[in-house]
Amino acid sequence: MLLQLHTFRGLFNGFGRCERNVSFASCVRVSIALKKNIKAYGTMAQDKPLALISYVGGMHGLIQEAADLMKQHFKLITHQEFLQNPSLHGTKIQVLFSWVNKPELLPSLFTSLPALKLVANGGVGIDHIDVPYLNSLGVKVSNTPLVVSDATADIAMGLLLASARRIIEGHQISMDPKTVDFQSLIGTEVTGATLGIIGMGHIGLRIAQRGRGFDMKILYHNRNRRSPEDEQAVGATYCKNMEDLLREADFVVLAVNLSPQTTGLIGHKELSLMKPTATLVNVSRGLVVDQDALLEALQKRTIRAAALDVTYPEPLPRDHPLLHLPNIIITPHIGTDTTATTLKMVQMMIDNALAAVEGRQIPNEVKPK
Amino acid sequence: MAADKPWALISEVGENGYFEELADIMREHFQIMPLSDFLQSPALHGPKIQVLFIWKFYPEPKPSLLAELPSLKVVCSAGTGTDHLDIPYINNLGLKIANTPHVVSDATADFAMGLLLASARKMFEGQQIARGPEMVIIPQSLMGVEVSGSTLGIIGMGEIGHKIAQRGKGFDMKILYHNRSRRSAEDEAAVGATYCENLDDLLKLSDFVMLSLRFHTDCTGLIGHRELSLMKPTAILVNISRGLLVDQDALIHALQSGIIQAAALDVTHPEPLPRGHPLLSLPNALITPHMGINTTTTAKKIMHRMVNNAVAAVKGLPIPDEVKPQ
Repeated sequence: MLLQLHTFRGLFNGFGRCERNVSFASCVRVSIALKKNIKAYGTMAQDKPLALISYVGGMHGLIQEAADLMKQHFKLITHQEFLQNPSLHGTKIQVLFSWVNKPELLPSLFTSLPALKLVANGGVGIDHIDVPYLNSLGVKVSNTPLVVSDATADIAMGLLLASARRIIEGHQISMDPKTVDFQSLIGTEVTGATLGIIGMGHIGLRIAQRGRGFDMKILYHNRNRRSPEDEQAVGATYCKNMEDLLREADFVVLAVNLSPQTTGLIGHKELSLMKPTATLVNVSRGLVVDQDALLEALQKRTIRAAALDVTYPEPLPRDHPLLHLPNIIITPHIGTDTTATTLKMVQMMIDNALAAVEGRQIPNEVKPK
Repeated sequence: MAADKPWALISEVGENGYFEELADIMREHFQIMPLSDFLQSPALHGPKIQVLFIWKFYPEPKPSLLAELPSLKVVCSAGTGTDHLDIPYINNLGLKIANTPHVVSDATADFAMGLLLASARKMFEGQQIARGPEMVIIPQSLMGVEVSGSTLGIIGMGEIGHKIAQRGKGFDMKILYHNRSRRSAEDEAAVGATYCENLDDLLKLSDFVMLSLRFHTDCTGLIGHRELSLMKPTAILVNISRGLLVDQDALIHALQSGIIQAAALDVTHPEPLPRGHPLLSLPNALITPHMGINTTTTAKKIMHRMVNNAVAAVKGLPIPDEVKPQ
């Protein structure tokens, strides 16, 4: 049955993309037949490969629609179910779906999962995963690049605008039953301002595109310079020297991967190079910023404000001083939190997981550097 | 010499009126009198005043005030909206009126997009959770609506509406628009906008409905029960125009019963809403206190423009931004 599925998938995958010499009509017939087969197949839950997840719902769990998508191809075992009887399912679990860093990828977990083929991560960042270690156990790792980029770029712009134009404070003032003075919130101009993007990958480029819609002047710093076409498409100017970008930008947006090279990338020195009217936006990882240095910079008004979707740790302890500053916005890592993007990520995780189970090349495998 | 400069009546210098840099711009050409000083002795001060500067609707150009300003030449209002002015009445007194078109457009368009994004991505709720006493996230409650690639329906495609479209295009949004008259092919192509002759079509197709039209009294309640029910249940209404465009009772009902997903309003009726108003307690209503033009840069541009108009009026020259009687 699995073999038949594999062959048919090649035919109908990507609707309309039919093999040569196979007519469109026959593709349609095949796909209809296949869907009937899958429906019949789908009811036989016990034939589905097993996948370990954290949980559904609750604080960091999968949303219901995500779990439903996964269940079309996998029998899901929650971490709690697994722990209740590791030997029952342990030898059959082939995939681990990692969502918001859960379940925790401890070595003790892997000793109980001898059949594990893949850790499929939801999200593009895999700094929390020890890829060489897992590979040494014969377990591959995949992530979800590209599909996260639009939503993350949107949040970066949302944070930039909310900070610059004091939208959150405005709302608080509007809602507060005790407000008497409604007019004193003045913000900083976004149109025509200089946007400095540190990390011009897939996400950074999209942030640049959005900034350009506001007639912003775009500067960027990246490990490697991008092609002239890429630069021209978004009107971006390369700053080989990150310090030049820091000095000129009105808004500094961090869109880098977390690596040993980018840990603490923005510290005392970098913050003091920034304009006192500048805003720092971080949609990368909390550890890219030296948080103590940021706290001091915000308290002393070395920079105007910061807007962070990521911190270290997440969440910050409730008494952390960053939480109590007037000139900061913090959101709880919601960069990809739209139903549409979440489901795209989950579909990608499923595609990678199916490839692993079927012994095919894993589309988004993360190789050690 | 300062003593020779003409007098202008203003609301006040300070947090509720003009910040110091704005006052300095006025002082280059005028001696400024705050309303509170004026009211101490209207008979004494009135005859000196040649210019009335209105900022955020204050001072209100009521007949009783205008009657005490026999030397008044011009009413200079900050912003583009003039619906707060009784234009025929003021003109009948022999007074000119000026506003400040164009300079407000960028800041307003920026704010419109900011509201759209903040509402779509539940940033206020997100921040409440990130900074609240207990960090409890229920993922479904923070699931937002995708902005990239969604459909933005702009009602009112003037200068501000067009700039909003440009910004939306940066997010790969599909742009629909409805306007009294269709814009040129070049204008449409520049932002990839499609004209909807029928407002209902725009309402049915849009993920975000943006109100950016100039207010006329016949547009009161443009968005009511019927229009809200035509919108998608996942749609978000954004209003940066005037509160009266929206039937607020209908909006409250729509937000409470899930007829639309959310609303983001920089304008309401009245402004501000009385404390305890039902709109203020709805979790899916993002409301800001009419701050669409509140940036230092734009405020200074507005002030320069107002002063420019006032100087021309005092000298008897043509006023650049004169608001002519309709």
